Amino acid sequence: MNTALQSVPDIYRILPEVILTLTGVWIMLMDAAMKPSKSRRSLGWVGAFGVTAALYASLGQLSMPAGTAFFGTVQTDAFSVFFHVLICGIVLVALLLSLDTLPANQHHRGEYFALMVFGAVGMCLLTSAVELLVVFIALEISSISTYVLAGYRKNTGKGPEAAIKYFLLGSFATGFLLYGVAMIFGATGTTQINDIAALIPVAKSPSLVLIAFALLMVGILFKVSAAPFHVWTPDVYEGAPSPVVALMSTAPKAAAFALLIRLVYGGFPTLKPMWLPLLWAVAVLSMTVGNLAALRQENVKRMLAYSSIAHAGYLLAAFAGAGTSGIAAAAFYTAAYSAMNVGIFAVITVASGYDEKLPLIGDFRGLIHRAPLLGGLMLFFLISLIGIPFTGGFFGKFFSFTTASQGGAIWLPLIGLLNSGLAAAYYLKLVVSVAQAPSSNAPVAPKPQIGVAVGTALAFATIATLVLGIAPGQVLGAAKASAQTFATTISSIK
Amino acid sequence: MHLVLFLIFAAFCLAGAINLLLQTHPINSALSLIVVMSSLAVLYLLLGAEFLAAAQIIVYAGAVMVLFTFVVMLLNVGEEEKTHGSQVAKVIGFPAVVVILGVISTIVLEAQKHLGGVSLSDGVTTTQDLSRVLFHELLLPFELTSVLILIAILGAVALARKEGHS
Repeated sequence: MNTALQSVPDIYRILPEVILTLTGVWIMLMDAAMKPSKSRRSLGWVGAFGVTAALYASLGQLSMPAGTAFFGTVQTDAFSVFFHVLICGIVLVALLLSLDTLPANQHHRGEYFALMVFGAVGMCLLTSAVELLVVFIALEISSISTYVLAGYRKNTGKGPEAAIKYFLLGSFATGFLLYGVAMIFGATGTTQINDIAALIPVAKSPSLVLIAFALLMVGILFKVSAAPFHVWTPDVYEGAPSPVVALMSTAPKAAAFALLIRLVYGGFPTLKPMWLPLLWAVAVLSMTVGNLAALRQENVKRMLAYSSIAHAGYLLAAFAGAGTSGIAAAAFYTAAYSAMNVGIFAVITVASGYDEKLPLIGDFRGLIHRAPLLGGLMLFFLISLIGIPFTGGFFGKFFSFTTASQGGAIWLPLIGLLNSGLAAAYYLKLVVSVAQAPSSNAPVAPKPQIGVAVGTALAFATIATLVLGIAPGQVLGAAKASAQTFATTISSIK
Repeated sequence: MHLVLFLIFAAFCLAGAINLLLQTHPINSALSLIVVMSSLAVLYLLLGAEFLAAAQIIVYAGAVMVLFTFVVMLLNVGEEEKTHGSQVAKVIGFPAVVVILGVISTIVLEAQKHLGGVSLSDGVTTTQDLSRVLFHELLLPFELTSVLILIAILGAVALARKEGHS
């Protein structure tokens, strides 16, 4: 390590995580000090403030040279900052969304906000960790907080079911990851992602490296809910509260994708001939299984769960790109997917409430007539999910598929396009339902209220989706800059 | 001598683990887990990890398992009910387990030739060595574990507390 890298104090490299941890602890302490009857709303604002501070702290990391800290366990670079900002943004929107929609008589609001903020610690750390032990702990922090949040509606049957299913399957998947970590240590003698690449060619037992890699993949692909590790997704999304789904369908996935990118491009670039066909197969399977299953759903959240599986497939297609181009496309897709998915779940939260009065597609009938703004936003996010131009969803798919075809996999974009057509069918089902005139005999549902916090959350998601669709240049530039992080590793292999 | 001890306690450990799964009463399972934990401690000792062995006995076989058995007895948990399980698990799951087990064990056995083994010996890793790793190279993961535990406590409180009235 040269002296320039040493000059940055270690603590700055984990400053966003430190801020988030302190915010979480502060929320817990304040929650305990407050009278039980007092509203916990202010704690949500504390959380939002802390997450915003963490976001700025991550942006500040851009000005310092890329490098590692704490004995090479974390690394901040353009790549980690890109995902830090993305994750902090998502958590901020989810917090704002929860501020207005969590029922006031909920007695765990303090814990709820604290769990969201603590979860962000794990997710952020996952994107900058370069030591597999830190990866494991960060993954557990992010997972455990989402397990608990998924089961927050304890009075419904579906809530605890979602939490238990997610917990059991999630722990099982983490077991695979941990087994993989142990094996990679056995095969190469290190758990440093950056060192693995150089040690693989000299590893004494290549087959041990392969099985270790396969086990690591199982753990990560589960977290991004790619087929065939997707089975938990619809049940969990259905049972979890909508603002939590807005968070868990995007932020932990973005973190897991960041980990996947860092692992395959930073740690295992030599195995590209091995992992490329594997990721192609998973991509095609995820798209097809997700879209086919989504067609048959009547429940909005289940449908969106399957759609998120399909989106994981579109994203994985980008990995077929040559060199670092795949990383940029995948990072951009993650951002676009997060913006629109948070957006649509924000709309669902506002329209249907915390205890979900509108679970089915048919229940959304006439939303645009009842609440024009909300209905309009829902249509906008659905259009983005379909992938129609001038939305983030379009450019996400566009970059992902062009990268894949440039990388030499022509048939992969073709399957992707066919799948997008298939997906349009079920998104349009919801579009039609929202746009239809309300049936005359239906009971008049109360007009959803949009408070300051929720309004801000919706505005953030809408602006992000719109900006990514109209002027993607800046975000794409950031994604490309982040991809450069791995340029040296990839080129040194060839 | 070391090998004999290893074989005996490894057998205990495996038998305990299998028994843990087969027992239908939670208290029997908890007791089997104690057997597993204690035999693991001996295995650690044989590998020279004396501190880990002591911690394993005191923390896991001792404190944690006492808590486990206490909770099981306090809650008065009854016999486990068996469901038939899903057909898919039987048709695909079991063969898949056998295949994966086969693949992993072949690879590990094959890799053993190149990697060499850990020798069972009288040598010990001192607490000093352990703390050097823990508070030096692995300082960050060590500190992070506290966040992890905090979340687990927070989650347990949030899930266990009764809803509604204050």
